[in-house]
Amino acid sequence: MPWPLAVPALIGVLFLLVPLVGLLVRAPWSGLSRILSDAGVTSALRLSLVCATAATAISLVLGVPLAWALARVRLRGISALRALVTLPLVLPPVVGGVALLLALGRHGLVGQYLDSWFGITLPFTTAGVVVAETFVAMPFLIITVEGAFRSADRGLEEAARTLGASRMTVFRRVTLPMVAPSLGAGAVLCWARALGEFGATITFAGNLPGVTQTMPLKVYLALESDPEAAIALSLVLLGVSVLVLAGLRDRWLRPSTPL
Amino acid sequence: MTAARRTYAGVAAATLVATVAACGGSSSAGSAGKSGSVSGTINVFAAASLTEAFTTLGKQFEAAHPGVKVVFDFGPSSGLAEQIDQGAPADVFASASTKSMDQVVSAGSASNPTPFVKNVMEIAVPPSNPAHVATVKDLSNSGVKVALCQSQVPCGSTAAQVFTNAKVTVKPVTEEVDVKSVLAKVELGEVDAGVVYVTDVRSAGSKVDGVAIPDSINASTTYPIAALTKSHSAATARAFVSYVLSSDGSAVLTADGFQKP
Repeated sequence: MPWPLAVPALIGVLFLLVPLVGLLVRAPWSGLSRILSDAGVTSALRLSLVCATAATAISLVLGVPLAWALARVRLRGISALRALVTLPLVLPPVVGGVALLLALGRHGLVGQYLDSWFGITLPFTTAGVVVAETFVAMPFLIITVEGAFRSADRGLEEAARTLGASRMTVFRRVTLPMVAPSLGAGAVLCWARALGEFGATITFAGNLPGVTQTMPLKVYLALESDPEAAIALSLVLLGVSVLVLAGLRDRWLRPSTPL
Repeated sequence: MTAARRTYAGVAAATLVATVAACGGSSSAGSAGKSGSVSGTINVFAAASLTEAFTTLGKQFEAAHPGVKVVFDFGPSSGLAEQIDQGAPADVFASASTKSMDQVVSAGSASNPTPFVKNVMEIAVPPSNPAHVATVKDLSNSGVKVALCQSQVPCGSTAAQVFTNAKVTVKPVTEEVDVKSVLAKVELGEVDAGVVYVTDVRSAGSKVDGVAIPDSINASTTYPIAALTKSHSAATARAFVSYVLSSDGSAVLTADGFQKP
């Protein structure tokens, strides 16, 4: 390997790995079980897992049909629509939180009617956390699955149609099984993004232990009062990330496989 | 915007400015002694509740000392104290409680802090006062959505003192990172009330209404300020602290509703 490539590559590796090593070295290993068995920590962890899973479920229900539409529907403006719905990918999450507050808050565009007609207010509720996470994470699922719909073999679908299957049956029995691996990868990506959500959550859903205080919020706030606890909580999230990566290894760690 | 983002952005900006300032300093051939003259850029870490008053003071200080630039990082006192302990490039720290300042002093980052103002609490409500909040006791009603500061921040612990004095239990819908985040949730009308400092109600103008807390149950917090020992612009940092403590400085602070310590 020529050195003009090797040196930056090595620096790149160190840059990405040293912070993680720092976390491992500074971790309060002896006090770990005490910190992690704290009731506040377990409730934040439970809340994070529940909300991220709910956000992923909603993303699957809404995102898969949307991805299919973006990949298959031939209409003017569909590419503009694709850009718009994937905007949260590049939007700073805190901006997403402000936008959600203005749309779904108690005096928001839609939120005022949710409040006056149904008595539903989303900010400062666990449902609000799920909404914030879904907003930020769903585009990850959409772009992953849309790519798969696009590259799926249309011949198989047409064959099923000529054999008399309805379009819905083709979607369920032929198209979905073909994109299953990407669906899985997209769901995992979406879940991981939802689990790590901070900006939109704290802006839209606020911060209340047991109700809206997820792990990333707890880590950030603990850093101000109890850095050791913040490090221990970070370790937990690092562990979850490693598990996610292990789950995706067939897709990501084999460079020749397209996503 | 959350205080979290604000704080990180502030640190990033402060780091950048400090780096640029350090580079500039080395090329100026020692014409001005590094710590002897009032020059260059200082980073002032200040409690969120000082945002308006210190922004004004910073402009006045810059006008009085041409070439000096004051960069502020406003945030929760406890968070700023932690950042200073972690080596953030701060030159001055103004805390909303003696507790956060003591943390910085005991870590050796500051010495001899001076109390410069005192602040008391007030209830902020949206101008329409949808939940008809009139007393501290009203905050304990289950239908009233209340935003508070989280407990480790001075505005959180001082509000808790008010509730103890009033013998009420308040269950907030959110514990915000700093007082300005509480105020923002009130301004947006997302909560029915928030417990903030009197100075915050005043600085928010017509965007919120204040419901006064009687002196008999109100609680106060004292704000100390100190130049930090690791400052690279010690003279400028000390000059800024002196300016805050001067009669000009205290005029700005009292105009914003702060009380004498």
